[in-house]
Amino acid sequence: MRTSFRRAKEFAIEKLILLSGLASVVFVALIFVFLLREGISVLKHVSPGAFLGGRFWYPISSPAKLGILPLILGSLLVTAGAVVIAVPLGIAAAFYIAEVAPKKTRAVLKSCVEVLAAIPSVVLGFLGITLLVPFLKQFLGLPTGLTAFAGSLMLAFMALPTIISISEDAINAVPREYKEGAIALGATHWQTLVRVVIHGALPGIIAASMLGIGRVFGETMAVMMVTGNAAVIPETLFAPVRTLTATIAAEMGEAAQGTPHYHALFAIGIVLFLISFAINLTADLLLNRGRKR
Amino acid sequence: MTNTKRTSVRALLWTAAGFFLFGKTVSPSHPAPLQRSAALQIKGSDTMVNLGQAWAEAFVKKHPETNVAVTGGGSGTGIAALISGTCDLAESSRALEEKEIQQAKAKGLVIRQEVVALDGIVVVVHPSNPVGRLTMEELREIFLGEIKSWKTVGGPNWPIVLLSREVNSGTHIFFKEHVLRRGKSKGPEEFAPAALMMPSSYAIAEEVAHNENAVGYYGLGYISPRQKVVAVARDGTSPFTVPDIETVRTNSYPISRPLYLFTRGEPSGPVKAFLDFALSPEGQKIVVETDFVPVR
Repeated sequence: MRTSFRRAKEFAIEKLILLSGLASVVFVALIFVFLLREGISVLKHVSPGAFLGGRFWYPISSPAKLGILPLILGSLLVTAGAVVIAVPLGIAAAFYIAEVAPKKTRAVLKSCVEVLAAIPSVVLGFLGITLLVPFLKQFLGLPTGLTAFAGSLMLAFMALPTIISISEDAINAVPREYKEGAIALGATHWQTLVRVVIHGALPGIIAASMLGIGRVFGETMAVMMVTGNAAVIPETLFAPVRTLTATIAAEMGEAAQGTPHYHALFAIGIVLFLISFAINLTADLLLNRGRKR
Repeated sequence: MTNTKRTSVRALLWTAAGFFLFGKTVSPSHPAPLQRSAALQIKGSDTMVNLGQAWAEAFVKKHPETNVAVTGGGSGTGIAALISGTCDLAESSRALEEKEIQQAKAKGLVIRQEVVALDGIVVVVHPSNPVGRLTMEELREIFLGEIKSWKTVGGPNWPIVLLSREVNSGTHIFFKEHVLRRGKSKGPEEFAPAALMMPSSYAIAEEVAHNENAVGYYGLGYISPRQKVVAVARDGTSPFTVPDIETVRTNSYPISRPLYLFTRGEPSGPVKAFLDFALSPEGQKIVVETDFVPVR
């Protein structure tokens, strides 16, 4: 009697957990189906080539010009800039916190990183527009400080906590024996870090960087406030750009349902989804490769 | 690293895809209409949403039996709702289009337009920029990207940085149709692709205050000493006019527009009460407080 009740309970809990696991799969699938349904209609108005490769974005004109090449390049440029800044800095900070810093400094640094993660992006954007943008203009002698570079700096700030925390976990997870072995063989602390610990932690560090990249790529608010949002193909990091995310955020409110503009915004959502998917797939492949070795 | 840890990192990566993209979508909220003895639904121009809400607050204090709900969505949205009967008053920053008059006619409706306030759009530059006067044609060529240096319009040899509002802004559309397309709303002209699209008037004010190359536009209420207001002339022979309440009202300042309240036919009951209130001295005082220009 008692065991059968327990079995039933066990069974129910097990299925419940399975269901919640499946839920995330179902949600992702539903989101994609919805996006596809709303976005695919844009192909009635422009060909896929003209949509992805078009150089002009004038969505409310008649006829609307719906070319998102400047937006795609804008997003990629801002992301690339942020990655170049945030990844080396984040990994170095993680190593310092995990392996070098004395106990007290470590505690202070860790809480600082957490505070950094807690700053809302709109607040960072606000600081960006009042402090960073005028400074960049003056310091670099640009026509305007509202540039892809300003966006990259803001985003690097936002990606840092993710990269630092997860890399640090990965470094801490490297078995103690590895380090002890290295030191016993006569390696210095630096040699141990660069030749042993980094290899053990590499898959985790790559995952951390990829998560950081994902965060950067999908970020909207701060980017919208500091990049100038001009839909031109950027020639340098120091020119204004318009990102995919900022375009959706800025225009969704006014796009009338069923218009080419509305469908185009959903199609941008699909493009974002696919690029994000590609980033995660790459991360997964890299993780797998790391595991095999 | 243990296997479970790897799987969790991996799961995190995948779920992240969804969150990064969809965690940030903003869905507009549409407050449900309150059912009481009399309920007024007002919908339309985003430019006028604040004005409408300020009116509604003051109006409800005087008429506690009436409920007023004000929502934005754009002038076109408001007019469509008025025609389909889902709102009682439409706020609009433009006149009715021929298409809309026909749609109303098909439903046996005549829409009545009432100008309830005026809006002036101010062109601003950095205080250190010596250029203080521009003709409409010069403005047009500047924002089309044909004039690229302040030198062409009598200033120093600085590059021009164009600042515009986003496409969802009524001000963006008005500026485009009125200045770039010379009043022809369906013209082919567009803002230069290099124009920076700013998410708010605040962002424009801030960038103009910090950047001597910049030129931007915003509503009359944003004027501050941190930006220099440009005097505008209709054409080469007209006088240059500085925008203020007087020049907008007399229409001697060229970049101004009327703001409307539309009703279905002759208004009556609470609709008439609200319209009368908007035009009353008290209502017009609210117009000034929300940075527009009164009509009376």
